[in-house]
Amino acid sequence: MKVYLDHSATSAVDPRVVDVMRPFFDKEYGNASSLHQLGQEAHQALEEARGKVAQVLHCDPGEVVFTSGGTESNNTALKGAAFAQLAKGGEKKHLIASTIEHDCVLNTCKWLEKIGFEVTYVPVDKYGLVTPEALEDAIRKDTLLVSVMHANNEIGTVQDIKELGKIAHEHGAYFHTDAVQSITKLPLDVKEMNVDMLSVSSHKIHGPKGVGCLYVKKGTKIDPLMHGGGHERGFRSGTENVSGIVGFGEAAKIGEEERPTVMPHITKLRDKLIEGTLEIENSWLNGHPEKRLPINAHFCFRFIEGESLILRLDMKGISASTGSACSSKSLEPSHVLLAIGLPPEDAHSSLRLTLGRDNTEEDIDYTLEVLPEVVADLRKISPFKDSYE
Amino acid sequence: MYSQKVIDHFTHPRNQGRMENPDGVGKVGNPVCGDVMHIYIKVKDDKIEDIKWETMGCAAAIATSSMVTELAKGLTLEEAEKITRADVADALEGLPPIKMHCSNLAADGLRKAIEDYKKKRGLS
Repeated sequence: MKVYLDHSATSAVDPRVVDVMRPFFDKEYGNASSLHQLGQEAHQALEEARGKVAQVLHCDPGEVVFTSGGTESNNTALKGAAFAQLAKGGEKKHLIASTIEHDCVLNTCKWLEKIGFEVTYVPVDKYGLVTPEALEDAIRKDTLLVSVMHANNEIGTVQDIKELGKIAHEHGAYFHTDAVQSITKLPLDVKEMNVDMLSVSSHKIHGPKGVGCLYVKKGTKIDPLMHGGGHERGFRSGTENVSGIVGFGEAAKIGEEERPTVMPHITKLRDKLIEGTLEIENSWLNGHPEKRLPINAHFCFRFIEGESLILRLDMKGISASTGSACSSKSLEPSHVLLAIGLPPEDAHSSLRLTLGRDNTEEDIDYTLEVLPEVVADLRKISPFKDSYE
Repeated sequence: MYSQKVIDHFTHPRNQGRMENPDGVGKVGNPVCGDVMHIYIKVKDDKIEDIKWETMGCAAAIATSSMVTELAKGLTLEEAEKITRADVADALEGLPPIKMHCSNLAADGLRKAIEDYKKKRGLS
């Protein structure tokens, strides 16, 4: 039996999405900037996709900048704001990011520190929440931008973005959120959420890889990372990935339309999975019990190591991960788990299971049958049985 | 990422288990790093008569534990002491570079177990 429980890493492209993409490879292959008919058809397809994404985000289509995905969107938001500040010789040289951001935010921050910006990494509580007080403590007069992700990719904690965005704005700072994990899982409304920029990726929502977008609120001053022919209203030059963008638009539309039926189904399965898994001794759920992405379950199992757990599950047909797919080949324990206060030995013992709309009751039953066996097997060969002594 | 041999030893570990009254014990690694190995030996006539292990760690840590016991069983102490990390990795048809340092502790564990045996016997 094959069970895919790694939807936060990526998801299968919806066949309906493949269908709408197909003509744009070999029939409607025009360059959206060309004046001839083929070009204009591509342009129109692009704008239709932009409209679909804008509807999901509740913004103006003119505020959607297509990119190559979440990493580029996050880089564009942070570096773009920083570069615009540098270019005008501004005084705002301080940024804030939470300690549990994705590597593409944290490593961008580290690089901005190298070129003269100051970054405060605001801590989270044991559930992974950035408290309004923590943000108030970190924010300064010269804070240019605050970046806090909507839903965490490892432990699934969902932040109160509206409140954090309000605080940023009260201090004259931009607010950016990485919504890669939350789009189509939670309702998004950029105005309601008080955000100036918001990052989204297509492949997490049954769209193709290599495409995504950054919402940029009208009037937000960012410089582009790509200079060239002035595509995407100058925010992102380079011939548009028309087939990918068309697929992304369709995936966002379908995901949002089906959210009211799909998410309750997933949440029910997820809750069953959590309940069953926690019957395993010396295990616990990481993240917040309620403020949690509906697809996410994240556990620790003491006295075993996460990688062996993943590989043993894989041998039984279950695809899972320890945390972020990007860092699964690193030996360091997850920065997110350390940030919520877990000791390194426990941070090594993590398992992330992330569900999708195609998961069934049988998938969960099978997982709940296999997981306790695999954990027991690995504990049997571990020198630790009831403590790390 | 891993060779067939690593996966084989990870899936079907050899000589696994805790040993009652071992003649020597070698403990290496640290839970903070995610890998800990305990190697137990029984010695008779200067030879490793039996060898067992317990490991918490990644697939590489488990496979190297299993492999080092296969390599060492039946060897004289002098021969067994000469088993290196590279020998274990080679016998497993290689390890990913990132795993060579942290998870390839089994040869060290074996050497520590032999040291422990010698110390107990007043041989060192």
